[in-house]
Amino acid sequence: MCLAIPGRIKRIEGEFGIANFRGVERRIGLMLLPEAKVGDWVLVHAGFAIQRIDQEKAQETLKMLEEVLSYEE
Amino acid sequence: MRNESRLAQGLLHKIEELATEETNLMEVCGTHTMAISSSGIRKMIPRTLRLLSGPGCPVCVTPAEDIDWIIEIARLPGVILATFGDMVKVPGSASSLEAEMAKGAEVKVVYSPLDALQIAERNPKRRVCFVGVGFETTSPTVASTILLAKKRGVRNLFIYPGFKLIPPAMGFLSEKKEAKIDGFICPGHVSVIIGSRPYEFIPKRFGIPCVITGFEPLDVLQGIWMLLLQRANNHPRVEIQYRRGVTEEGNPCALASLERVFVRCDSQWRGIGVIPSSGLGLNQEFADYDAKRAFDLPKPKPLEPRGCICGPIMMGLKVPPDCSLFGERCTPQTPVGPCMVSSEGACAAYYKYGET
Repeated sequence: MCLAIPGRIKRIEGEFGIANFRGVERRIGLMLLPEAKVGDWVLVHAGFAIQRIDQEKAQETLKMLEEVLSYEE
Repeated sequence: MRNESRLAQGLLHKIEELATEETNLMEVCGTHTMAISSSGIRKMIPRTLRLLSGPGCPVCVTPAEDIDWIIEIARLPGVILATFGDMVKVPGSASSLEAEMAKGAEVKVVYSPLDALQIAERNPKRRVCFVGVGFETTSPTVASTILLAKKRGVRNLFIYPGFKLIPPAMGFLSEKKEAKIDGFICPGHVSVIIGSRPYEFIPKRFGIPCVITGFEPLDVLQGIWMLLLQRANNHPRVEIQYRRGVTEEGNPCALASLERVFVRCDSQWRGIGVIPSSGLGLNQEFADYDAKRAFDLPKPKPLEPRGCICGPIMMGLKVPPDCSLFGERCTPQTPVGPCMVSSEGACAAYYKYGET
């Protein structure tokens, strides 16, 4: 039930935005993430953006994993 | 080999090295239950590791009393009941919303509480009740919807408050010590909202490692490995594996909306009991939106299905195949208990992916 789906913000209209989910567009509430900007990837739960997805951190996590695992190979 | 499967192999190797003794790791999130079952992780990891499904499915932990109450509301003339789809099939003591729909109750399955607000705005003469079930991921979306309803002057929307909080439940299980829990795979999206700090009392008071984990198979494997490392180094703490979504402080705006609209209360968890300060009710300022107040109904006397062991399963004491009803009388087509009804319940996940 706590499923959150990544979408990319296409437009912002006041407290709402239009987000693209793999080609499907939906209106989402931005009240819980007022700092959201057009172009941001966000996690969407129950019609609301709840967090920006930090691409840098995602890459960092993978890189760290690569390093730790290759170190002992 | 593809990069992802190479990393998974590497992680499994690391996990094998560390999994030298019997270890119970508990997740408290239905999305993790599903991710673990569907990816087959339980079968890949060493036998010494047991992955338990805790009380992480909101539908499963909603007490029969609440379901009975919601059904009574749906039966009232002129009421439209709006709910997330997961709730429709859950049996109360004698009926379910699905059964009531067949008898003519107006029940709308919605994807967002905003849809319930829209229904209320389009039907100004009707009373619309939204079933507010969920954890910290969901409750801010409802708080936000109530704030919007108030701003727009909508007076015919009511919320049935059945929200629950995860850290108090983890504390309760850790304190009880009935199940030996050696590590918590903490929920990713609850933690998007609350951050990592609310879990800190768990390693501090109980010495149990916590890792906030994402939902991809690699995330889960890395989370398991991090928990085992904490144990091996004897340094229990709260770590974040799911860095791309979770920060230490969480989502301050969402937390502020919770603070604004709700107040903490004791809450009954189905099959487990009352956990102090583990629920959210509407505060005084928003009491007019409280369905329990607006629809003054007699307190139901709930009956639990006989033979069902969903409670002990969610407390980590049993696994679904231990239940005599599992796969026989209780299947997704003919569910007896809540963990089989909800698609993300432990029993439904075990059944669907053949973990018998």
